[in-house]
Amino acid sequence: MRGTQEFIKGLWRENPVLRLLLGMCPTLAVTGYLANGIAMGLAVIFVLVCSSTVVSIFRRAIPSQVRIPTFIVIIATFVVVVDYFLRANFPALSKKLGPYVPLIVVNCIILGRAEAFASKRGVFLSFLDALGMGIGFTLTLVILSSVREVLGFGTLLGHPLTGKWFTPWVVMALPPGAFITLGVILSLANVIQKKIGGRGGS
Amino acid sequence: MGVKFFLIFLSALTTQNIVFAYFLGICPYLGVSRKLDTALGMGMAVTFVMTLTALITWPIFYKILQPHDLVYLQIPVFILVIASLVQFLEMYFRKALPHLYTALGIYLPLITTNCAILGVALFMILKKFGYILSVVYAFSTGLGFAMALLIMAGIREELEMAPLPESLKGAPITLIIAGLLALAFMGFSGLVKG
Repeated sequence: MRGTQEFIKGLWRENPVLRLLLGMCPTLAVTGYLANGIAMGLAVIFVLVCSSTVVSIFRRAIPSQVRIPTFIVIIATFVVVVDYFLRANFPALSKKLGPYVPLIVVNCIILGRAEAFASKRGVFLSFLDALGMGIGFTLTLVILSSVREVLGFGTLLGHPLTGKWFTPWVVMALPPGAFITLGVILSLANVIQKKIGGRGGS
Repeated sequence: MGVKFFLIFLSALTTQNIVFAYFLGICPYLGVSRKLDTALGMGMAVTFVMTLTALITWPIFYKILQPHDLVYLQIPVFILVIASLVQFLEMYFRKALPHLYTALGIYLPLITTNCAILGVALFMILKKFGYILSVVYAFSTGLGFAMALLIMAGIREELEMAPLPESLKGAPITLIIAGLLALAFMGFSGLVKG
């Protein structure tokens, strides 16, 4: 019961991007295509789950004065694993994501979960918390990149979706489109949250 | 040579701006762009740390990691260098330059989690810049970040008075404005090539 709650909160109530405004850089940077968004989401889920679990296992052994550097080294290790895995197996994708894969190290979601949750709770709860947060992050990326790919290129996962009549909105594929789309999505999330909150649920 | 430096400088400020073109450093960009003076402090601190990071990480990568086949350690080494650099700077400033410490002090710890710093270190390796060019690139990228931050802070100070819908307040409207600014900055794209 407790575990389910820790898992579910990452999906909406404490969704890292929509509610906590964490991890904005990769959210904006890689969401030109749905495929890139999904790949980045999966990479973050892997790093987040592994590092949260490891931090939780060693939480009693890490002295609190040096905990942040320790967390960063743990996170960096898993990021290197993901980076080299992508480079070896999906070279085209790895090239597209470029430096944003190494930059997962400084994604504040991961350090944030390690510091706020995994360093204080048990292994199982930390695992569920990280998984929920990772999936919440990925869902946001999927929404954002679907909107941008459909409007910006008229395709979804590379398949043409619209007919010849559709003129792609070039701006959606460019940086301004990312900022504006995310801004609109955030404000929609605020509206939805208010509706839910107004009904007495939290 | 001088022309090349100038082009790097100009493009880092405009078309290749770290915020508007590469989406790095968005967290502090949303967080500390509420007032002009905090934006100025953050911008200065980022420029300073970014330049120092390039000064230190470039030789580490090309003189230590690459000759010894340790390139896979690039990410952990860079992030540790940045984290300890920030820590040392904070201690040094507090002791030796109290005046600068009061100006930059509170922004320094925040910089470790600023992905723009690590981003610049990774980009200068990726773009295969030489030593001096890397330092120039880092310095101008920092200035570009400071400029973007100051523009946004100026707009947001005015925005305080504007009657905004409740759901747009805070981050959403900041992102939408950032989008419009990014659009405006794309107008420079004919100015600098590459």
